[in-house]
Amino acid sequence: MPDSGRSKSAVAPAVVLSVNGVSVSVIPGSTVAAAVCIAGAPTRTSVTGQPRAPLCGMGICLECRVTIDGTPHRRSCQILCAPGMDVRTA
Amino acid sequence: MNTHFQVVVIGAGPAGIAAATAAARAGHTVALLDDNPAPGGQIWRHGGHLPATAQARLAALRASSAVPFYGWRVIDHPAPQVIRAEHDAGCTDLDYDRLIIATGARERFLPFPGWTLPNVCGAGGLDALVRAGLPIAGKRVVVAGTGPLLFAVAGHLAAAGAKILAICEQAPLARLAGFAGGLLTSPSRLLQGAGFGFTARGARFHTSCWPVAAQGTTRLESVILRKGSREWTVPCDYLACGFHLVPNAELAELLGCRLDDGFVATDDLQQTSIEDIYCAGEPTSIGGVDLALIEGEIAGLAAAGNLPQARSLIARRNSMHGFVHALDRACALDPQLRQLARQETIVCRCEDVECGVLRAHDSWRSAKLHTRCGMGPCQGRVCGAAAEFLFGWTATSVRPPLFPALVSSLTAAIPQDPKENV
Repeated sequence: MPDSGRSKSAVAPAVVLSVNGVSVSVIPGSTVAAAVCIAGAPTRTSVTGQPRAPLCGMGICLECRVTIDGTPHRRSCQILCAPGMDVRTA
Repeated sequence: MNTHFQVVVIGAGPAGIAAATAAARAGHTVALLDDNPAPGGQIWRHGGHLPATAQARLAALRASSAVPFYGWRVIDHPAPQVIRAEHDAGCTDLDYDRLIIATGARERFLPFPGWTLPNVCGAGGLDALVRAGLPIAGKRVVVAGTGPLLFAVAGHLAAAGAKILAICEQAPLARLAGFAGGLLTSPSRLLQGAGFGFTARGARFHTSCWPVAAQGTTRLESVILRKGSREWTVPCDYLACGFHLVPNAELAELLGCRLDDGFVATDDLQQTSIEDIYCAGEPTSIGGVDLALIEGEIAGLAAAGNLPQARSLIARRNSMHGFVHALDRACALDPQLRQLARQETIVCRCEDVECGVLRAHDSWRSAKLHTRCGMGPCQGRVCGAAAEFLFGWTATSVRPPLFPALVSSLTAAIPQDPKENV
């Protein structure tokens, strides 16, 4: 499972999901954090209103938390994109 | 599902992979948990080119009977010999006879003006995002901080098409030269370093140099670098900045394992101060992948009761400790870096607590109680190491849940102590 996707990724069809209502296309195996960065959106707004984006990339800092399919506070850097996913940032 | 395993391994990086494989080969039932969707940890992260060692180790793991639980995050130990993990479908308790902690390390981040801007990432952080699908081709990147990770990251990013403008190492050249000399005793590391140097060619390499500010309105637009008395501005798309690594010791601390200067204390067989709990890899010392692998193997063999074979590896492991000390010395932080954070610079990103507010306090505990520093979702994992360097505070009092968790995970029935049923 872990290695099967990578070698085929060049030819595998892209995964299409939605970030804030805009369609984003990523290579298979991409995380939601990558999709949000591609969309150009910050992942969250800080408690004093600053835009924030992923810092650590490994599930520690929680700057990357977003709402996925209606569930808030999902750690987007540790969740793989799935077709049709609805991602919302704050 | 069977929720009892003779050996439960937390963390599927090199140490955890080696531990799980060794224990499973010794005939024990093994569970291997990791909060990422695939094994490999940070250094063998899915999505990049994997060295032959990594491919062989991952193949051996897959061929073993170890049961993978990827995407599972440990949040608590609700009873003796039980850990609770959260996953997509809820939460599950796993019982163990022996536990092996292989939770790895994270980057140390130091606050400077603008470090909270989008596109200012960790060094390993940007590398992880690129491996996870972020397109970097043609993007202008400044890599900064300290440690061998900077070269590894610059090499990976350059291979992916990034334009590496500068690599800024805070340590002085003389100290690095001493470290590189020490590497001669370890040919595989030297070759690895040379390879990355080749890939990252064209980048300017500066020593005694660091970012003093990241600038931009809604995202990073440029970085101000300083070397000695000289300051200059570099327009760029990303700043990848990390100041070496700090251990992920929270789980060990929650379980009551003794820590020694922030690292998990272990004996010759990787056993912690608590019987039946072992620890391997970066939580015991920042020593890189080779040390993590052999520590993991020793822990896996010892946890499975194969003591003669575990003992046979001790001498080889101990021979690597020189590298740990050399790395510690090479990455020692310049005291001038304490001046990077200004009064208004945010230190705690979760609660937006400024440096000037924190300076009024004399301890981590006081700062937490009065400012909420370290009380947000990351629970001090980012600002704790920064506060330790800036103010000399020791982050204390790890409490469950280890990570933010669903209320249903916290209120799930607490299992009975199995010993009471005997």
